[in-house]
Amino acid sequence: MAYSEKVLDHYENPRNVGSFDKNDPSVVTGMVGAPACGDVMKLQLRIDADGVIEDAKFKTYGCGSAIASSSLVTEWVKGKTIEEAAAIKNTDIAEELALPPVKIHCSILAEDAIKAAIDDYKSKQDK
Amino acid sequence: MNYFELFSFTPTYQIDTALLAERYRELQRAVHPDKFANASEQDKRIAVQRTAQVNDGFSTLKDPILRAEHMLSLNGIDLKHESTTVKDTHFLMQQMEWRESLEDISDSSDPDAVISDLHESFSDYAKQIAEDLSGLLSSTNEAELLQAAELIRKLKFMAKLQIELERIEDALFE
Repeated sequence: MAYSEKVLDHYENPRNVGSFDKNDPSVVTGMVGAPACGDVMKLQLRIDADGVIEDAKFKTYGCGSAIASSSLVTEWVKGKTIEEAAAIKNTDIAEELALPPVKIHCSILAEDAIKAAIDDYKSKQDK
Repeated sequence: MNYFELFSFTPTYQIDTALLAERYRELQRAVHPDKFANASEQDKRIAVQRTAQVNDGFSTLKDPILRAEHMLSLNGIDLKHESTTVKDTHFLMQQMEWRESLEDISDSSDPDAVISDLHESFSDYAKQIAEDLSGLLSSTNEAELLQAAELIRKLKFMAKLQIELERIEDALFE
């Protein structure tokens, strides 16, 4: 299947790959997986005291579209507040990367990864 | 279409695969289009349809994931076209670790040993899931069936790991 240029760019030069120290109290983690293809995605955000995302890293095992979706998301969330990041929709990701219908689930996975990281943030705030 | 009925099986998750293959051959013979060479057009068409059903039924019932999905669909839960995300962090961490182990195989001093350890870990884990699934799928309670659905999703990740491991194995020993 032909990948769009943007997908290829993120796939060949993924942004922000890696991990933060998970014991750092300002780091939150979102883990999600897509059963249909077995893709696994980990998104970590470093969030300052004002609820602004300072930095983001990801690690994804999956196809080119899944890697591109998570790479794009790490670029998008940087500098955003939690509320702004939570508003990112899978359709925005799919549109930016020109994902074909069969790869829409990759963008859903990336949106769910942001949500899972924010859930982790909220559960840490409550403690 | 209830494939368990088609193959005269009681709808249980654990099935006798030798008996399944035997019933498959019997059914195939009974509906084979060649037997309908001199039959009416309508009978021919029915024979072709029955052959397709028998083939679909066999491939569904012999596959542990498809069989489980079929049992759920008979209870009104369709997983075929879902895009539900798995969020069990503990499970996904384990998946990540296993994916990392797969990546490290080629750098290992003894790839054979790593591969056979991973085969064992994957099959133990999948077997445990299948055992839990067997109990849950015999239930008609919706909460238990939804738990079964979550286990089927996890089995799909295990199937993916297994495929990846075999791919690496083939590439190493070519």
